[in-house]
Amino acid sequence: MIRLGIDVGGTNTDAVLVDGDTVRHSVKTATTPDVSTGIVQATKKLASQNPAAHRADAVMVGTTHFTNAVVQRRGVSRIAAVRVGLPAAATLEPFVDWPPDLRTLVKGPTFMIQGGHEVDGTPLAPFDRAAMKDAALQIADSGVEAVGISAVFSPLNFAAEREAAEILQTVAPHVAVTMSHELGRIGLLARENVTLLNASLVSLARRTTGGFVDALRESGIQAVLYITQNDGTVSLADQAARFPVHCFASGPTNSLRGAAFLSGLKEAMVVDVGGTTSDIGCLRRGFPREANNAVEVGGVRTAFRMPDLLSIGLGGGTIVDPKNPNQVGPLSVGYQLEERATVFGGSEITLTDVAVAAGLVDLGERKRTAKFGKDFVNQVITRCHDMLAEAIDRMKTDAEDLPLIAVGGGCFLVPEKIPGISKVVHVAHQGVANAVGAAIAQVSGEVDQIFQNMSRGEALEKARVLASERAVKGGASLKTIAVVEEEDIPLSYLPGNSLRVRVRVVGDVQQRPRATTENKDRLRRE
Amino acid sequence: MAAAPLRITIEHLESFAIGAWIMGTGGGGEPYFSLLEARQHWAQGKSVELIDPMSLGDDDLIACVGQMGAPIAMQEKMCDGPVIAATISMMEEYLGRKFKAVMLWEVGGNNGFQAFLAGAILGLPVVDCDAMGRAFPQADMTTFAISDFSAAPWTMIDIRKNSVIFTEAVDWTWMERMTRKVCTVFGSAAATCKAPRTGREIKSGTCLYTATKAMRIGRTVQAARKAHADPIAAVLQSEKGKLLFRGKVKDAMRRATEGWLRGTVQIDGLDENRGETFRLDFQNEWSVGWQNDKVVVTVPDLICIMDTVSGEAIGTETIRYGQRVTVVALPAPAILMSTKGLKHVGPRAFGYDIDFKSIFPETAR
Repeated sequence: MIRLGIDVGGTNTDAVLVDGDTVRHSVKTATTPDVSTGIVQATKKLASQNPAAHRADAVMVGTTHFTNAVVQRRGVSRIAAVRVGLPAAATLEPFVDWPPDLRTLVKGPTFMIQGGHEVDGTPLAPFDRAAMKDAALQIADSGVEAVGISAVFSPLNFAAEREAAEILQTVAPHVAVTMSHELGRIGLLARENVTLLNASLVSLARRTTGGFVDALRESGIQAVLYITQNDGTVSLADQAARFPVHCFASGPTNSLRGAAFLSGLKEAMVVDVGGTTSDIGCLRRGFPREANNAVEVGGVRTAFRMPDLLSIGLGGGTIVDPKNPNQVGPLSVGYQLEERATVFGGSEITLTDVAVAAGLVDLGERKRTAKFGKDFVNQVITRCHDMLAEAIDRMKTDAEDLPLIAVGGGCFLVPEKIPGISKVVHVAHQGVANAVGAAIAQVSGEVDQIFQNMSRGEALEKARVLASERAVKGGASLKTIAVVEEEDIPLSYLPGNSLRVRVRVVGDVQQRPRATTENKDRLRRE
Repeated sequence: MAAAPLRITIEHLESFAIGAWIMGTGGGGEPYFSLLEARQHWAQGKSVELIDPMSLGDDDLIACVGQMGAPIAMQEKMCDGPVIAATISMMEEYLGRKFKAVMLWEVGGNNGFQAFLAGAILGLPVVDCDAMGRAFPQADMTTFAISDFSAAPWTMIDIRKNSVIFTEAVDWTWMERMTRKVCTVFGSAAATCKAPRTGREIKSGTCLYTATKAMRIGRTVQAARKAHADPIAAVLQSEKGKLLFRGKVKDAMRRATEGWLRGTVQIDGLDENRGETFRLDFQNEWSVGWQNDKVVVTVPDLICIMDTVSGEAIGTETIRYGQRVTVVALPAPAILMSTKGLKHVGPRAFGYDIDFKSIFPETAR
């Protein structure tokens, strides 16, 4: 199976060709303002250097486009919000905890309607159809293109959200609908926030994924297009166009997954040393460990699955104080390394310069670093190693020693010996780990709901089946599905042995049946 | 002499939310939603005065409010101030008397906020005290029960305005049993106004000044974060607390029995505790702690688990494998450690055949 992985970063668009378990080829091109042109350039370059790219079964694109839209407040749409839940949650309206500037951009007509369910799935109050019809008419008149619908306890019973969406679509068939039960877990406000963020990005996502499809066609590659998500898995492009929020933070995830693939390690720490920061994460069973705390995106509190990452201001471009070797960073020359670093004729002393002086890497002109004192170089490197070692230890949650995979352009800054680390692993293609991570992404399915009146074993089994069904719907091959996370919490106070079960499964992307000459011949013979 | 009334600002409540979550000792729910609601009331110009319990007249009648139910139900239905305020009005109607002020039932977690929301809506001052000095899982684990104050009457309202009044209960255990049933029928969340208290009862039978204590703890955390100092060390210093253990969560096991969330958390030591282990049992809140298999801390001492870096409290429902945590103890109010108090809230009330021995020497209290 041949897969292309494309990582659209802020500076570079990288593309890799992965054949089965092997990275065959990688290229780097500049990211273009319209994103798609960069993808065309990268894939054409890749295909011209390795024609096997034309035989790709799947293309996986990783992009930070949607996160950036929210963070930078551009490209998000004004939307309508409907919450079915009165008389519950009456005082806290939709958008209540959004940063004011983003709320002003996104918040359109907002409605709170009677209905929703209780914790045992029974109706909380009768659904107010008349109020919903009235809201639908107002939404149709308002001209918004998208609406987010949430209902109290919809992860347990989504009937209210479905009913509201049906009424809306009879009146306003062109409005794109996001329903909260499709996106989130228990916790109304966080789930609703995710739903509203998603609705605000649907128009952008349709345009962007449409652009990806066109780019692929222009490159002459006929393969299924997938977009990578924040949990190291992918979804089909049309699914991603419906749920752009799932693509948030896919960059760091791809880098961690790429490191796992390139090293063959499943349980390890990973450090990605870039130009400005080092991101440290932890691999568990080949997937990034997720963060515990409520995750904010552009100031909005969400309930996302996000990789647990620690970023410190230390990278190849980090500026060192010439007078104080202990003052390393946090300022960086960033993408201007080749203009401002000493080894390239610039006037700043960066960590790259000091590493060149120390003989850790060969870049630019080493003789320009001759003026650095030997003690200065040693002290800076020691300080840099201490900072990395401390950050790595903070992220480590196992008592036993673990291997550390070092990736990224600045990975020469990582020391060879670190307390708690069994060995430091360097890999080929470390500069394009993100694109590799995209190429090898899998399809996931998740369930998070309360099961009642059944044994723990029955509940877990039911959850596994539901999660597998969701993964298959997303494009996974059923026979490759494996459980990667399973968690059950008995719920205090609730009747009937209530158990909240969260199960996540992943599977390989379903291989497209291909009518190759060889296959045709075989079919004829048979 | 009684302190002058304090006009509560939203900054006070931001601090209160942080401190109350720490004083929740793992239970009581995160105070986020109620803080959001308070911000709205305060933005509309509403507020409350916090008054010194000692300024109350002996015969003043004080309402005591709290939410009851499962934190998960609150995460979806949230709890609305107007519903909690309605329990007070219902009680006034039943009694045929007006309340002078409202007090906190349970300072820990989200429940301490309910008095501030109700006070702001009804225009009543809030008394600086509560009936637990922390969070506890049951109504019979309160200073009111310890003091043998009456458990009835008790009003209870749900979001639909279904309402119940319990006019008689033999004791707090019966009141706990009856109200728990109704709470489940209401959808595992109910607003309650507990038995009214007189000024005289409050002065002798509550944990005094616990609202200001929560605000003080919150301010300490905020100041430390702002100065990039260690918030946990700051809290321990200001509250005369004790650092018990630093480590990473190795296992979190939960089970639902008899209507509560019980379980055990195992922590492997780090830093100065490397090579050691710590184990904590909980019943909604942290109840007993063992260091290297030896009991070192029990209820009613306040056992808190905090995120080692941010100093944020971590709840028994949310603590997870791999978290870096610090276990600390804060001193409990004296009333909880009296002989009668320990019958209600000591280790034996939680089913452990252990004598209570505070981790804090008596002279330091």
